[in-house]
Amino acid sequence: MRFGVITFPGSNGDHDALKAIELGLKQPVEAIWYRETNLDGFDCILIPGGFSYGDYLRAGAIARFAPVMESVAEFAKKGGPILGMCNGFQVLTEAGMLPGALLPNGSLQFRSQWVHVQVERSDTPWTAGIDDGTVLKLPIAHGGGRYFADPKTLARLEENGQVIFRYTDASGNRAPDANPNDSLNDIAGICNEQRNIVGLMPHPERAFDTIIGGDDGIKVLSSVLEAGIAAVAGR
Amino acid sequence: MSRVSQEGSLQSQSTNGQRRWRADVYVTLKPVVNDPQGLAVRDGLHMLGYDEVGAVRAGKYIQVWLEAERESDAEKRMTEMCDKLLANPVIEQYRFNLVEQAHDEAE
Repeated sequence: MRFGVITFPGSNGDHDALKAIELGLKQPVEAIWYRETNLDGFDCILIPGGFSYGDYLRAGAIARFAPVMESVAEFAKKGGPILGMCNGFQVLTEAGMLPGALLPNGSLQFRSQWVHVQVERSDTPWTAGIDDGTVLKLPIAHGGGRYFADPKTLARLEENGQVIFRYTDASGNRAPDANPNDSLNDIAGICNEQRNIVGLMPHPERAFDTIIGGDDGIKVLSSVLEAGIAAVAGR
Repeated sequence: MSRVSQEGSLQSQSTNGQRRWRADVYVTLKPVVNDPQGLAVRDGLHMLGYDEVGAVRAGKYIQVWLEAERESDAEKRMTEMCDKLLANPVIEQYRFNLVEQAHDEAE
């Protein structure tokens, strides 16, 4: 399976993602410059963390107009699996490819720490290899990860099972302390209605080996392989 | 939503019939969106002894210089720009004033 990692001006998690796929998954992976418009030959796309365009105006607001994003939208329409991590999640909400928005953390502090998230649904390409209810330990590093959506959108997300990752404690219990940014409903990650696009604030690509503090992230990244095999088998 | 006022000597009609405008855009969080920055500023003001302060909400002020033949054209274009980029309709609301610019005015 061929992975693509998009690099915007200001991305800083692109190399983490490239290394995670190369060393953690041992799959072919290539960086995609933000001016690229041809995504042929890629089986899935990662939108990495960082501060694309300096987070000017709003995090992700300018990146959504980068030339590559039109091709990413096309890729999504065809059902291609897309994962947005941290700034990547912000870009996807700004682009309207995922509902809601990400606001400055409730604490107004930049939070760089390990958190726990519970995987609520395994029916996305990015959770296909994880049992529902599994608690993952993943790092976060963001100043603007407070998930917000209007009450109607929020209710629809919950009804449709589009909340994929939720902040919990290590045992999978929801608690105010476990939510690092005051996200509504403790939401850490969601998917679109078609379920091929997933965005989350934690960094699975920064947890691909115990040598860097944890390897739970590999479960997220490798899920797409299982999903891919299932898709091929189903053809 | 917009209001026009005039500034400086109005020799703003250029040779191509375009007039110059400055839009003063105010972007604020929707009332339903919690604003921790505003709360922190409010607490700061209280700490300075300004007990009369009830609520504070923080937003953005953006100036845009543009050309348009008529005020209504400028208003239409600015509304598009606000909807597409300057504000995020999920969390923010905006308003703007248009100020006609003299042609020699520095930007």
